Amino acid sequence: MTFPVEDKQGFSVVILNGEVDLNNSPDARKVILTCLKKMKHVMVDLSNVEYIDSSGVASLVEGFQYARTNNLEFGLIGVSEAAMSVLRLARLDQVFKIYASLEDRLENGS
Amino acid sequence: MNVETTQPVITVNNLVTYYGDQKILDDVSLTVNAGEIMVIMGGSGSGKSTLLRYLLGLHSIDGGEICLFGKDISRLSTREWMEMRKKIGVSFQGGALFNSMNVGENVRMPLREHTQLDENTMKIMSRMKLEVVNLAGYEHLMPAQLSGGMVKRAALARAIVMDPSILFFDEPSAGLDPVVAADLDNLILRIREAMKVSIVVVTHELDSAFKIADRITVLDRGRILMVGTVDEVRHSDNPRIRNLLTRTSEDEPVDADEYLQRLTEGAMRN
Ligand SMILES: Nc1ncnc2c1ncn2[C@@H]1O[C@H](COP(=O)(O)OP(=O)(O)OP(=O)(O)O)[C@@H](O)[C@H]1O
Ligand SMILES: [Mg+2]
Repeated sequence: MTFPVEDKQGFSVVILNGEVDLNNSPDARKVILTCLKKMKHVMVDLSNVEYIDSSGVASLVEGFQYARTNNLEFGLIGVSEAAMSVLRLARLDQVFKIYASLEDRLENGS
Repeated sequence: MNVETTQPVITVNNLVTYYGDQKILDDVSLTVNAGEIMVIMGGSGSGKSTLLRYLLGLHSIDGGEICLFGKDISRLSTREWMEMRKKIGVSFQGGALFNSMNVGENVRMPLREHTQLDENTMKIMSRMKLEVVNLAGYEHLMPAQLSGGMVKRAALARAIVMDPSILFFDEPSAGLDPVVAADLDNLILRIREAMKVSIVVVTHELDSAFKIADRITVLDRGRILMVGTVDEVRHSDNPRIRNLLTRTSEDEPVDADEYLQRLTEGAMRN
């Protein structure tokens, strides 16, 4: 299994869905890092995610850090309440750039 | 109001266990619901740690049944058990960090054992959990360099590193000063809130039990004395529960002959 990527408005939008856990977070990681290694700005769309565990969040953290060291943009869109509470526990809600949607990012800037 | 149908995550029916020919748990039944904090209380030797060990499938039972996530654990294949085990986090009495490994490696242990995640992912996951328990930056210290409270928190970080659905915690606050113990209670509540995990906590500390419990199971010499809400236990008029709450050790009648015999056995040389 892998996760789809759509190129939109200068961003690679990585669409995670369903349950992101130990079984498939390595795929999410690979997709995200592959986009970044192509020097693409990345938005990870979490709006279809029912559950994301710490291994999934760790993949987002690694992507964000990779983006920062390479002057790329990295943001999260459509973060559900469930995903938010996982982020909040480790205070990562204060670390990631979080937008309601890609449009929100485009209209209001980074 | 949103009424949730809570299917129990843990069901124990009429559990009987022996160590050798000594009966330790006798007809123990209880349930733990999703997202619930169940506190197990009882005097020393009443069988609290033993109950946790059986819930973890460490020994085979002598009667009754234990179901986790609706499945009888005695009927699982090794493979099914390994899958289930990933969803269970444990911190045993005494903390039990490996002394030869630093804190970070200790926290990563379950990941190494149960997953093939990338090294970076494991590092980030363990550091996230050290952040949660307020041990950020301590990953390179060895267990011997930590205070008692820090050992407990590191053990908690390890227990939650795989985002368990069930967390077993034996005596989290034993031996800690009250402020540190209260911090740990808050941490347990925060983790339940964020991770929606069901937690079984064994504790002697009444303050702690009353603060964190949704329900309390009182064990007495291997039998269940009561399962109830904090209020129900608090207001129970069962004398043995009152004893436990007021911490007056009950006066066992002394058998003078037997007692003297115990004290003097082998010591009376002419
Ligand atoms: N491995 C073992 N072999 C034989 N007997 C054991 C073993 N472990 C525990 N016991 C006995 O089982 C009984 C219950 O012990 P257990 O450790 O469950 O008590 P506890 O309620 O956790 O006590 P404490 O509050 O002191 O931790 C005790 O009588 C103990 O001696
Ligand atoms: Mg014990």
